[in-house]
Amino acid sequence: MDMNEIKEIFFQECEEQLAELESGLLKLNDGDRDPETVNAVFRAVHSIKGGAGAFGLDDLVAFAHVFETTLDCVRSNKLEPNHDVLKVMLKSADVLADLVSASRDGGSVDESRTRGLVKELEALAKGELPAGGHEAPKAAPAAPAPKAEAPAPTDDSGFQPIPFTFEGFGDDEEPAIEGATYEITFKPRRELYAKGNEAALLLRDLSRLGEMSINCDMEALPALDKMDPEASYFAWKISLKTTKSEDDIRAVFEFAEWDCELEVKVAEENTSDEELPMTPVPFDLSILDDSAAPAEEEKAAAPAEDPAANAVAAAETATGVAKAVARAAERKEAAAPATPAAAAAAAPQTIRVDLDRVDRLINLVGELVINQAMLSQSVIENDNTGTSSINMGLEELQQLTREIQDSVMAIRAQPVKPVFQRMSRIVREVADMVGKQIRLVTEGENTEVDKTVIDKLAEPLTHMIRNAVDHGIESPEKREAAGKNPEGTIKLSAKHRSGRILIELQDDGAGINRERVRQKAIDNDLIAADANLSDDEIDNLIFMPGFSTADKISDISGRGVGMDVVKRSIQALGGRISISSRPGFGSTFTMSLPLTLAVLDGMVVTVAGQTLVVPLTAIVETLQPETSAIHSFGATQRLISIRNSFCPLVDVGRVLNYRATQANPVEGVALLVESEGGGQRALMVDAIQGQRQVVIKSLEANYTNVPGIAAATILGDGRVALILDVDAVVAASRGQSLKPEMSFAATG
Amino acid sequence: MKKKVLTVDDSRTIRNMLLVTLNNAGFETIQAEDGIEGLEVLEGCNPDVIVTDINMPRLDGFGFIEGVRRNEKYRAVPILVLTTESDAEKKNRARQAGATGWIVKPFDPAKLIDAIERVTA
Repeated sequence: MDMNEIKEIFFQECEEQLAELESGLLKLNDGDRDPETVNAVFRAVHSIKGGAGAFGLDDLVAFAHVFETTLDCVRSNKLEPNHDVLKVMLKSADVLADLVSASRDGGSVDESRTRGLVKELEALAKGELPAGGHEAPKAAPAAPAPKAEAPAPTDDSGFQPIPFTFEGFGDDEEPAIEGATYEITFKPRRELYAKGNEAALLLRDLSRLGEMSINCDMEALPALDKMDPEASYFAWKISLKTTKSEDDIRAVFEFAEWDCELEVKVAEENTSDEELPMTPVPFDLSILDDSAAPAEEEKAAAPAEDPAANAVAAAETATGVAKAVARAAERKEAAAPATPAAAAAAAPQTIRVDLDRVDRLINLVGELVINQAMLSQSVIENDNTGTSSINMGLEELQQLTREIQDSVMAIRAQPVKPVFQRMSRIVREVADMVGKQIRLVTEGENTEVDKTVIDKLAEPLTHMIRNAVDHGIESPEKREAAGKNPEGTIKLSAKHRSGRILIELQDDGAGINRERVRQKAIDNDLIAADANLSDDEIDNLIFMPGFSTADKISDISGRGVGMDVVKRSIQALGGRISISSRPGFGSTFTMSLPLTLAVLDGMVVTVAGQTLVVPLTAIVETLQPETSAIHSFGATQRLISIRNSFCPLVDVGRVLNYRATQANPVEGVALLVESEGGGQRALMVDAIQGQRQVVIKSLEANYTNVPGIAAATILGDGRVALILDVDAVVAASRGQSLKPEMSFAATG
Repeated sequence: MKKKVLTVDDSRTIRNMLLVTLNNAGFETIQAEDGIEGLEVLEGCNPDVIVTDINMPRLDGFGFIEGVRRNEKYRAVPILVLTTESDAEKKNRARQAGATGWIVKPFDPAKLIDAIERVTA
């Protein structure tokens, strides 16, 4: 793994953290005051900052830092996360997301917006402070600049951060000051050892600064029976001849300075030798290491009889008992092979797989399904008994194939949550732009659907959301005048329904202005001036090509994309979209999409000699109509009575123009289907061949779009069969032609 | 024998960086995602040094350090705090909890290795 891969991971993680951040902020906005929610929000920003710092993404770090500082005020209860505060925070989350994208894709961000939010965040962080309070959270510097570099006082409470550097180690960057000699007094307290520091190691580091001699003061060492193995009894007087500064020397004790008494001063010329008669000795470190010494050259240079080294060794023995015990235990266990716990901890719980590989697998499994079906069929044709072991084996094969297929599909299934979360930002931004107050409520965000569907859903959904904010919801004044809550609500929900995913976008706005829509359609020659349209039909005019582009209702949602494009992209996914609207109460867009784009459970039927596949999910029941149940209605319409209710009869063969006249319903089979707009229809087919799982082959990709036909498939015998688009057929039977863009023009 | 480092950090990015950096420097690396997991993994992994983050879910770095220091067997293991926290209060708390030293982020491989070398024999 190289840095680029880690960077990729970082950006992935950012996405997750941003989602976490947003959902946390939204929870807070809804009144959640669980400290864990605040912590999670804080951690999200903190984590982004941490990773960004490692990659030198300074803009991102700077903003995240300011954001984090303000969040810290919330975390420490200095700032109440009310709606105003959260509004700023949600906007900040958006900016943070922009900065992440800009860092990843190299785009630019709206800098004035960023600066504005930095100011707002800083104001929030300051705003809650008691006047003149000295506990002020930092006034959020633009960048997390390292704090003062002054050497920390040895005072116990003065725990001053020092940027960690090792400049003092043997590099020649600093101009060599003529080897000053320092006298260092170092007396550790027991806490030093308790925190895992080790006097001997500090002395080792010190020795690397120059020429050193050590004198161990063992005065305080009690008799053995009085000795506390964890106490600290030794002190050291060190004479160090070095070119380094005093700060460099103190830096060695950076981790230990508050747990020891430390004195560093420049030795007066010629006096040190008298007061501290010591022979300068190379410092032997190898004795510290009771496992294999990593530094062989140091070991080689070690004079064993050195008094200073012995002093160090004594320190080790006397004060490092706990360590020694730990090491002994460690040695014992080190001999054992790696424990399962450690192995498990290192094992990743997820793997990342290139989507292409999954798709290839899905495609192959699709072929496998077809192959298996063909095999089954030829066996059945050659063996009518159905009892042979080949048959049983094939049945098992079928089940296995099925399971493999389900498992492979599950790999691609993802919750719609990320797309839904993106929508809340769009609502915020557009609402801000047009001066409306809107709340987005989401439901069923964990509903899973194929990743392709999710990816392709974002764009049409975005467009629809913008529409809903811009046209759907009224201005606060208008809403109040109408006796509504000035804050509008947009509800976005997802659920599984009969093997498809149903996504609803509901607003509580004014609903479709039918007069205006109708007029626009007439102006654009989409319908005849005297066309007689039902309310539903008028509402659905907005999906017609050329409707929105000719006369834009407004610019925000315009963007050159009309609802016809939305409809087309939904259809391209094998989905359907419809609108229902109640003037004064709002509109609801309903989208129904397949869970996967790869396979489908279908009923294979015969219509006028053609083999068709009807998606099983659409079929409620099948029945054999009796003459008495068929009723004529008008010139061509027929109804079938089913358990005391009437249901329009649709001859599939007639709708698809397979035959010129309607077939006799009594001779065929009726498939009761539930259509998108609600309500049932009975589809008449000639005969049912059976049920089968079929692999969907796009008709558009391989041929061209055919009205009334959703896709094609290859059957077990190798023949191509068309998959019926039930809703299109039903719609056509309602008097709309299979080519909706021509229907209304033809009416006049 | 390779020195063993236990790292505790909830960020996948940082975990990966630690892993790469430490492995390149010839350490054996064992990783945990939060304080609770860190304490679980500690048993039986015998690290020579521990590197931990502060801000983590479930059990933060302070709690984790205290947990290690309470453990008879591992209480003397050096613990380095790896965190972006640079204000005095946080570091003081880490120190009181029993941290041996710290490394101020942004993450820098050289700093990390130096700090580890510094607290281990």
